[in-house]
Amino acid sequence: MPTKIGIPRALSYYAYYPFWKTFFESLGHETVTSPLTTKHVLDNGIKEAVTDACVPIKLFHGHVCDLKEKSDFLFVPRFVSVCRERKVTFCPKFLGLPDMIKTSISGLPPLLDVRIDLKKGWAELFKVCVCLGKRLDNNLMEISRALNRGIKAQKRYEKLLLREFTPVEAIAMLEGNKEFVQNRDTRLKFALLGFPYTVYDKFINVDIINKLKKMGVKIFTTEMVPPKILLSQAKKVPKNLFWYFSNQVLRAALYYIDHVKVDGIIHITAFGCGPDAMVDKMIELEAKHRGPVPFMSITIDEHTGEAGLITRLEAFVDMLLLRSEMT
Amino acid sequence: MKIAFPYMGTSHIAFKMLIRDLGHEPMVPPKLSKKTLTYGTQHSPEFACLPFKILLGSYLEAIEQGAELIITSGGSGPCRAGYYGVLHQKILQDLGYDTKIIVMESPYRNPFDFLGKIKSVISCSGVSWWTFIKVFYKAWEKLKLLDETEFLSHQIRPFECLRGETTKVFKECLNVIDESQTTEQIREARKLTQELLNNISQDHTRKVLKIGIIGEIYVVLEPFANHDLEVTLGEMGVLTHRSIYLSDWTRESTGYESKKNIIKAASPYINELFGGHGIYSVGHTVLYSQKGFDGVVQLAPFTCIPEIVAKTILAKVSNDFAIPVLTVFLDEQTGKAGLQTRLEAFVDLLGQKRAIQEGVVT
Ligand code: SF4
Ligand code: SF4
Repeated sequence: MPTKIGIPRALSYYAYYPFWKTFFESLGHETVTSPLTTKHVLDNGIKEAVTDACVPIKLFHGHVCDLKEKSDFLFVPRFVSVCRERKVTFCPKFLGLPDMIKTSISGLPPLLDVRIDLKKGWAELFKVCVCLGKRLDNNLMEISRALNRGIKAQKRYEKLLLREFTPVEAIAMLEGNKEFVQNRDTRLKFALLGFPYTVYDKFINVDIINKLKKMGVKIFTTEMVPPKILLSQAKKVPKNLFWYFSNQVLRAALYYIDHVKVDGIIHITAFGCGPDAMVDKMIELEAKHRGPVPFMSITIDEHTGEAGLITRLEAFVDMLLLRSEMT
Repeated sequence: MKIAFPYMGTSHIAFKMLIRDLGHEPMVPPKLSKKTLTYGTQHSPEFACLPFKILLGSYLEAIEQGAELIITSGGSGPCRAGYYGVLHQKILQDLGYDTKIIVMESPYRNPFDFLGKIKSVISCSGVSWWTFIKVFYKAWEKLKLLDETEFLSHQIRPFECLRGETTKVFKECLNVIDESQTTEQIREARKLTQELLNNISQDHTRKVLKIGIIGEIYVVLEPFANHDLEVTLGEMGVLTHRSIYLSDWTRESTGYESKKNIIKAASPYINELFGGHGIYSVGHTVLYSQKGFDGVVQLAPFTCIPEIVAKTILAKVSNDFAIPVLTVFLDEQTGKAGLQTRLEAFVDLLGQKRAIQEGVVT
């Protein structure tokens, strides 16, 4: 029987899933993912995680709970860095993730808790993969082949993202499911910013993307900006943030404000998120002083209400439509 | 130039002298108060950490009183503190103030930046580098004295015969230190303060509980942020030991002292420096329990990222070493009374545990 590796559909899933899935499967193992977030997953997460944790961390706990019975190994990597920028790392909760999971949830299968630190360059990724492959009894040949395939899959994935598909759509397309058509008939352009795991988890953000699309809004997200362009925005702020995803969000905001002339910016922040408190204010101030571009911040938490959100979105959209008619 | 700097425990007394010695006018911000906090909260993001809000409020008050420049420290760990300066500056700008904030990063990490900033401060008052080094050293001595004095006061307080006396004497000591201006005077102040404190009549037959204080540096150091936690505990007859003092923090971030031991103690639980003082909180708890402390209080601002991670892991440490840990998350709504009740309950629990261990209760 092939080994089953559980990949929780949370946190870094939305950024790197195609790579890991392809990697593990090319090694000859099976991967299982947890289902889309549901109330049940969330409730489990709330039960297991420390009360003061942010919602995405609670969700991660919930997804782990779902997988713990179904898998022989659980993939809970420790993301330390994925770029060469000095001092840039991940939120402390990513850095301590495997340790938190181990202390809060009992009855876990063994964790594949590799440390991913690519500060010294991509060659480090090879070491990470070797370390994983060895634990799964694979040999070097198999590992390097799987690594290559993984990289290819990830590249295909990122290309789709640049073609303005969302990660969820892109993953479905890679798995050969269906073609998605882009919404053409749009009246407004919004930058919808936030961490991939808050923007694309449609349970926790009450499916904000589709709600906006239905209102005739074209959505731009962080992942749709080519990495080089994102990086080039860095010099517009006096100091980089320490956290990778937050930097991406702030830079995307700067890009969309200055170069795409979006009609509005919506920032999705997670309740209890430390980094977001800083980023949110930065975006608000930058939008005001560089644009001005209308800005709205939406905090998602354990009980984001659907009705309340729709009202707020509608009001925002209406206001912007009115504005564009007037000019 | 009128230069302001943030409150952090008693350190303003040393910074005040330093700035005066550098030929500027020091501007101690108004004492931290409800008003400071309200101010800060009003203009900060909702989920900013408490230190951010207190500092912002304090800067605003200082500016109202005419501060022309604010000097603050950077915080080197991968945490929000490293970005405080930038965001504070943007918020001040947005409110229409052009007061500049200079963030001193650790000289160890970025020596040129550090020296450049110092140069910008000393050159406009015509102070030489040599003088700078001398007065810097003197301020450092004063900072150490402040820390020593405070440390001693916490050692004595639980034994004082007359409740509240230590606190009174300690205030007097701070005045003495504040008055001392030359190296010579600082040396005398050291003798005098020790004498003053040691003269407090004490009852050493008392059995006291020992509690270690860990957590995020600002709320651990600043009594306004933690509602005078150490005094409160001391007056309940608890001997507190604080894991962080500014003089050793400064030393550490200027690259002197290695924190190897603490990290080693934490390593069975976590092997990653995850920002702020998170890993130290874990390591210190292990060390405290090995040193026979009865319990540990973890202080952290609400939404403090590294301390939340630490809390999760502390649950296990607490179990493994049978050392109770009380985590207190502080925000602008935390009230002194509520905190006092929690502390009393915790101290009771520790007392019972101790009694069982000593076989007093069956
Ligand atoms: S970045 Fe924010 S939302 Fe993400 S894990 Fe850290 S605290 Fe949570
Ligand atoms: S350690 Fe905590 S309080 Fe300090 S900056 Fe980080 S989140 Fe804020």
